[in-house]
Amino acid sequence: MITINEEMCQGCGLCVEICPRKILALDESKINDRGHTPIVMTDENACTGCSLCAVMCPDCVIEIE
Amino acid sequence: MPLKFKKPDSLTDIAMHYCPGCTHGIIHRLVANAIDTLGIEGKTVGIASVGCSVFAYNYFTCDMQQASHGRAPAVATGVKRSLPDRIVFTYQGDGDLAAIGTAEIVHAAARGENITVIFVNNAIYGMTGGQMAPTTLNGQVTLTSPYGRRQQEGHPVRMSEMLSTLDGARYIERVSVHNPAHIIKAGKSIIKAFEMQLRGEGFSMIEVLSTCPTNLKMSPVKALKWVENNMIPFYPLGIIKDGSVKV
Repeated sequence: MITINEEMCQGCGLCVEICPRKILALDESKINDRGHTPIVMTDENACTGCSLCAVMCPDCVIEIE
Repeated sequence: MPLKFKKPDSLTDIAMHYCPGCTHGIIHRLVANAIDTLGIEGKTVGIASVGCSVFAYNYFTCDMQQASHGRAPAVATGVKRSLPDRIVFTYQGDGDLAAIGTAEIVHAAARGENITVIFVNNAIYGMTGGQMAPTTLNGQVTLTSPYGRRQQEGHPVRMSEMLSTLDGARYIERVSVHNPAHIIKAGKSIIKAFEMQLRGEGFSMIEVLSTCPTNLKMSPVKALKWVENNMIPFYPLGIIKDGSVKV
């Protein structure tokens, strides 16, 4: 189960690239208060909780439980 | 259920000012994680440098001091000698450590000061807009080397190898943060460097190969590939000097 803190996200896309299941994407329909396009989880059931996205994130956007 | 991965307690909730995809955020997290792991938040003093990491004092919850350009190892020396029970680390970029602060880092290492240096090497001046740094690779195009770095501009400086020749330096390692495996490895190296300081073993430096997507004019993903393909062949990863007491 991952929690995405959208307001901290800068939309760099490092997590999108590293996700082995390819279930993270930039949500082009949103702009957060910092002016960036935040990431979105496209398929929660496919997530294995490997935490590679969180390890890669420079802004500590992702929490995993 | 306990969190499997969460933001380290030693990082504040302030949104970092770094550009999207800048690896400073990752390295800040690794340092904060080391402080959390060793439980030394209350007695750690960080010395921020000049460069993009100048605002590091906003992001760590431990005591921080900002030093003038390149002088972080000198300030760290003063803090460590007056408060020997504190854990002192400096956080410096390549413009700060390898250019204007060369004298300070060389002599801090030569004296074997019991401090930990986190050296972030991204082969370019980030904050000032992408000028050539001492660590800029041969042939690399920057704002001030538009034809690529040529011989007349000198060759890149391998600071870790240079400092490893000094007897005072006890532990020097070069790590990278271009993929999760290397990030985890870098985190372990930073913890080891802090542990050495806790045991009073002397000067330790961790050089972290980093990116500056904005000034390399690449996407964050491409910039990490660039580190892997161009920087690592010139700056080989691994332990360069290990004089730590085996425990």
